[in-house]
Amino acid sequence: MLTPKTFSGGLHPPSIKATADKPIIALPLPDRVILHVSQHKGAPAKTILKIADKVACGDKIAIAGGFVSAPVHASIAGTIIGAGNFMHPMGVPSHAVVIERDKEANMTEYNYEDGLTLTPDEIRQRIQDSGVVGLGGATFPTHVKLTTNETSKLDTVILNGAECEPALTTDHRMMLEHPDEIINGLRLVMKVLNVKNGIIAIENNKMNAIELFDQKLAGDKEIAVQPLITKYPQGGEKQLIAACLKREIPSGKLPLDVGVVVINVTSAAYISYGVNYKMPLMERTVTLAGNCVKNPGNYLVRLGTTVADFIGMTGGLKDDVPLKKIIMGGPMMGFGLFDLNVPIIKGTGGILCWDENEAAMPDSTNCLRCGNCERACPMGLQPQLIKKYVDHRNWEDAFRLSVMDCIECGCCAYTCPAVLPLVQNMKLAKHMIHQQSIKDRKK
Amino acid sequence: MIAENQAAVAKRLMVTSSPHIHSGLTTARVMWDVNIALIPVLAMAIYNFRFYALTVILATVAGACIAEFAIQKFFFKSKTTLRDGSAIVTGILLALCLPPSIPAWIAFTGGFIAIAFGKQVYGGLGQNIFNPAHIGRAILLASWPLYMTSWIKPGVDAVSTATPLAFLKESLTNNSLLTTLSESGKTIIEHTMQTLNISFSDMFLGIGLAGSIGETSKIAVLIGALFLFIRGHIRLYAPVSMILTVFLGAYFVGNSINFAIFHLLAGGLMLGAFFMVTDMVTSPMSRRGNVLFGIGCGIITLLIRLKGGYPEGVCYSILIMNAFVPLIDKMFAPPKFGTGGNK
Repeated sequence: MLTPKTFSGGLHPPSIKATADKPIIALPLPDRVILHVSQHKGAPAKTILKIADKVACGDKIAIAGGFVSAPVHASIAGTIIGAGNFMHPMGVPSHAVVIERDKEANMTEYNYEDGLTLTPDEIRQRIQDSGVVGLGGATFPTHVKLTTNETSKLDTVILNGAECEPALTTDHRMMLEHPDEIINGLRLVMKVLNVKNGIIAIENNKMNAIELFDQKLAGDKEIAVQPLITKYPQGGEKQLIAACLKREIPSGKLPLDVGVVVINVTSAAYISYGVNYKMPLMERTVTLAGNCVKNPGNYLVRLGTTVADFIGMTGGLKDDVPLKKIIMGGPMMGFGLFDLNVPIIKGTGGILCWDENEAAMPDSTNCLRCGNCERACPMGLQPQLIKKYVDHRNWEDAFRLSVMDCIECGCCAYTCPAVLPLVQNMKLAKHMIHQQSIKDRKK
Repeated sequence: MIAENQAAVAKRLMVTSSPHIHSGLTTARVMWDVNIALIPVLAMAIYNFRFYALTVILATVAGACIAEFAIQKFFFKSKTTLRDGSAIVTGILLALCLPPSIPAWIAFTGGFIAIAFGKQVYGGLGQNIFNPAHIGRAILLASWPLYMTSWIKPGVDAVSTATPLAFLKESLTNNSLLTTLSESGKTIIEHTMQTLNISFSDMFLGIGLAGSIGETSKIAVLIGALFLFIRGHIRLYAPVSMILTVFLGAYFVGNSINFAIFHLLAGGLMLGAFFMVTDMVTSPMSRRGNVLFGIGCGIITLLIRLKGGYPEGVCYSILIMNAFVPLIDKMFAPPKFGTGGNK
């Protein structure tokens, strides 16, 4: 095992990964799925089918709406019964297609073909067709990361197995149960980019995964397993590169600019399926946790399954514990849901159903100027100062203090003794500055 | 299934921005921990100055709490924050830097002023520029100088005496005494300690020593500081650099190790360094900023003690340096990620 590494800043939220030893359980097919055309960063996909059209499982229902975009595939076989605006998990209505399952339909079959014998362009095309995006939550279309004219600048591909979010265990389970697919996905990506140096980075709170990959890759000259000292937000792309290679991505730049491509481990597994079997991304693993659910665990679920159906299929909620908060994603960066009829999308790593105690937050007070937020910020920002500017709606000064560099990891707010909504302020400032720049461009 | 009562479920749901968990370290927790850390100092104070200390402490705390409550309730008409314990901290800290013989009504006024003019005028907790307890002390010193500079010996009989620093200051201005001393070959420190009948260990433990209620026992201050350090509420950059500055400065000025140790153990240096300089609200945030802040406090303390009109300079040095904190914070902003600098 290599010496564990880490980055500067950050903190240690309590590890509440209670589902780490629960194997992934494949759930039955849902009767109905809601597939949003916007499940990734970039342009929404464009629907190509109309109501009453029959679809087979894995058929494309929407094609990429641009280069930075990804197609969406039918996750069940059936009939399109609706299209229009449906509530998106992010809390805004957005375009989606509803499919009702045809119970007689046959499962689509996928045939194996060794992807490593294909040319780099063919591999990239298959990744693009499979609709794989960053499954760690950022949902950036994977093929975009693999398309560059400057391959000579690239020297490393890092697989992100940090999974630093407390409570989430899907990447951990994927690593334990599908290590070969993950390694194959990494090799495919390295072939596309013509890179000879691969790193699988895993936090050292997942020793069994580190040992498994060490064993699988013993004697391998190209791929190394890099343990990381457990710290939040290690899984942030910038922090991960800083930890593994001691390279810092300058403000506004991409991993490519420091010669690195970072891919989530679960994405790597689906890259392998997409290339070797031409199987599109139709499902994903989701951690279900929290005191309110009967059967917490890791589940393989079809994309588009509503949160209500998902929870129902796993056994439902406890009758005696009132539900207080539902979070899609992890406790540090996930978002609270107010509607259980929103679907699980490509970026959904977890559903947390919390009771009153788990959801309780202390009351806010004035800023104490303690400086905890500054010390915790992995991006070297001054959250308390930015908040002051945001309070005065002074976006220019917030911008001057690099609020756009904020990765919204939540370290500042987590450690703030005054319990100030610092991340909310950052998000607001980023949104306002973004709106302003769009307005300026139109002028 | 949860479908049937979904509407009811959705109505109950709490929706907030991320993060959804918190460290549990709140303002109230910090302030009550400071109160706990002050227990050894309070215990030594009451052991030394008995009823005098108790009266003054109760009076300042009462003054501070009444000011906090009344101003928030009747002036700002906002929720009162008495429960977070910060007014009690201010009250206790003020009491600790007052002479034990001070009348209770002055102590009460001091507590009231500390909160009213040291904290609430700025908008309450976290908004003040200066340490509220020291604002209270400074105003009392300006208003009732006689009461603020009369000292008593520990014990029940309250014999009036001089503090070690005041005695040293007086001796240093007494030219005939200085000549006699230099003829006999005795240092001024030896003279001071012999006349007051104290040793360095007395000064460290706080036995048989005149001075402010909380400043005499250094060991009690250090125990409290250790507790705060372990709980992660204070960092040692500022206090250590302040103490080191005073120690080294006194060593080079007096050219004697005893002179330096005397300045280290005399007066409110330890109390100020560990409980006032470390105040989150009125100290810089960065490591380098804190070192600079501590050095500044140390230099001004020494300047006042050696050259100024007062025997003790900890209070004013901290107030003066408080004013520079916004500038210091501006000087030492943390290095941004991606600019090459590492924290």
